[in-house]
Amino acid sequence: MGIVNKLVTWSRVKSPWILHFNTGACNACDIEVVASITPRYDVERFGLLLKGTPRHADVLVCSGPLTRQIESRLVRIYEQMAHPKFVVAVGTCACSGGVFNGCYNIKGGIDSAIPVSAYIPGCPVRPEAIIDGVVKLLGSLQNPTEAPATPIVINPPEESEELHG
Amino acid sequence: MDLNNVVKIPIGPQHPCLKEPACFTVSLNGERLAGLDLRLGYNHRGIEKAAESRTYIQNIYLIERVCGICSHSHPSCYIQCVEQIAGLEVPARGRYLRSLIGELERVHSHLLWLGVAAYEIGFETLLMYSWRDREVVMDILAMLTGNRVNYAANVIGGANRDITEDHKKDILKAVDVLEERTKYYIEVATEEATLIARLSNVGYISLDDVKLMGTAGPTARASGLDYDVRRDDPYAAYKDIPFKVITDTHCDVYGRALVRVGELMESYKMIRHIIQNIPDGPIAVKAPRKIPAGEAISRYEAPRGEDVHYVRSNGTDKPERVRVRAPTMVNLLSVPKMLEGDNLADVPITIAAIDPCFSCTDRAIRVSDLDGGNAKVMTWNETRRFGIDWYRKNGIDFTDLNKRLAGRMR
Repeated sequence: MGIVNKLVTWSRVKSPWILHFNTGACNACDIEVVASITPRYDVERFGLLLKGTPRHADVLVCSGPLTRQIESRLVRIYEQMAHPKFVVAVGTCACSGGVFNGCYNIKGGIDSAIPVSAYIPGCPVRPEAIIDGVVKLLGSLQNPTEAPATPIVINPPEESEELHG
Repeated sequence: MDLNNVVKIPIGPQHPCLKEPACFTVSLNGERLAGLDLRLGYNHRGIEKAAESRTYIQNIYLIERVCGICSHSHPSCYIQCVEQIAGLEVPARGRYLRSLIGELERVHSHLLWLGVAAYEIGFETLLMYSWRDREVVMDILAMLTGNRVNYAANVIGGANRDITEDHKKDILKAVDVLEERTKYYIEVATEEATLIARLSNVGYISLDDVKLMGTAGPTARASGLDYDVRRDDPYAAYKDIPFKVITDTHCDVYGRALVRVGELMESYKMIRHIIQNIPDGPIAVKAPRKIPAGEAISRYEAPRGEDVHYVRSNGTDKPERVRVRAPTMVNLLSVPKMLEGDNLADVPITIAAIDPCFSCTDRAIRVSDLDGGNAKVMTWNETRRFGIDWYRKNGIDFTDLNKRLAGRMR
């Protein structure tokens, strides 16, 4: 790897820019993604920056099941991103279709349209799980060619006794 | 109007509302809006159809996912229909618990709105403040129900989980913190000249138009419509809880902000009242698996306005028809009226002001002449940026306010 490539990889790992795209979610995962960039969780400390356009983004964060109307738009947004690009499926719906599986307007998870690098299940995903997934993805950004072949799966955290009283 | 000067801008359709993603086609005459056309139905998932093939119990969790922000309102409204058909009487403690979660949800939703609205006008410090404070109520919801969003706090016939004495102490402590913070927001909203200048006379809709369009919730109350389902058609425990319906006569975005912060204060009072007066006893009654044939309609005051559900049963364990009418549906229809004669720079905040479950997904905006000649594509962020810069040029700048407030951060 040449010095330029090393520099590019270093800067990508230090500050990946993400694009958040709602593919038909119920908004629960979307507000948790926003919660993870606000002061309590603050993923910006890992260098992540939310961007407005796919042409600037390294990581596409998708939430929600893939509806028929959104499919072509998702593929178009994915194609607009520059290589190397990574897709994170946030939430059970984005991973597999979740509770909407079997609805006539749902195609399934995000991976039925585009390759996914990281799956973060949860309904909705907790901000802690988003941070965990993002940090693990940052590790795999070091070696971008392998990322789509070996997806990362974040297991849901074990439910504590405290929550169930 | 010179038609050659009219420019049409489609905003959307990736507009992540619950079931109402929208495409606003804005016609511009110079800077001024000449018209606005609305198209709905892009993010359609087919929940109503899916509900027909699932049992009543499964449907609670499906209906909960109509909207992740109103995730107590929709299942409560649906369950009220089912209980009405089955003739179930919810025990008093169960009704109080429903109201408690409902008010906590309103607090989290209104704080969320405050942040999003502040973001749209370039007041980022307030976004960070209100979302930080929102985590306090999210912690309480996680403690009471086990999940931050999508609480599953209801079962048919009552509430899902009981609260303990320890929970009560934690809730009261959290409400004190939130009340103090909200008083500060009211101070900011009523004293900061920049904020008042930016929000006043934007998105004006008169009381007559509100009645004509059937606008619901805080959007309608900000135009002086004194109507709240919690008072006028009480459900859950609202008959026993004293509260004031907040109205305002500003009729603009500023009025909607005042109504929402006012409702926050009322919600704190209601939460305290619930905690102090919650009766002992069972939290739920046993519900039959099969619901007798019949139909019912029920109403619920969601944070965004009046939510209406209709359920028809045929005696089996699955409903024959479920119909959901979310408040954003009616509120979106009033947006064209609000934006009449307004500026392009006012579009983001006016759409955000009806609180259409707005999240931060990027929406592409395409600017093109009527004859299709000069086409220009603007993203949602660019439109937002345009709005902020336009007002900055006209003397409304949040930079100083952002810095001043950040200096006061504790």
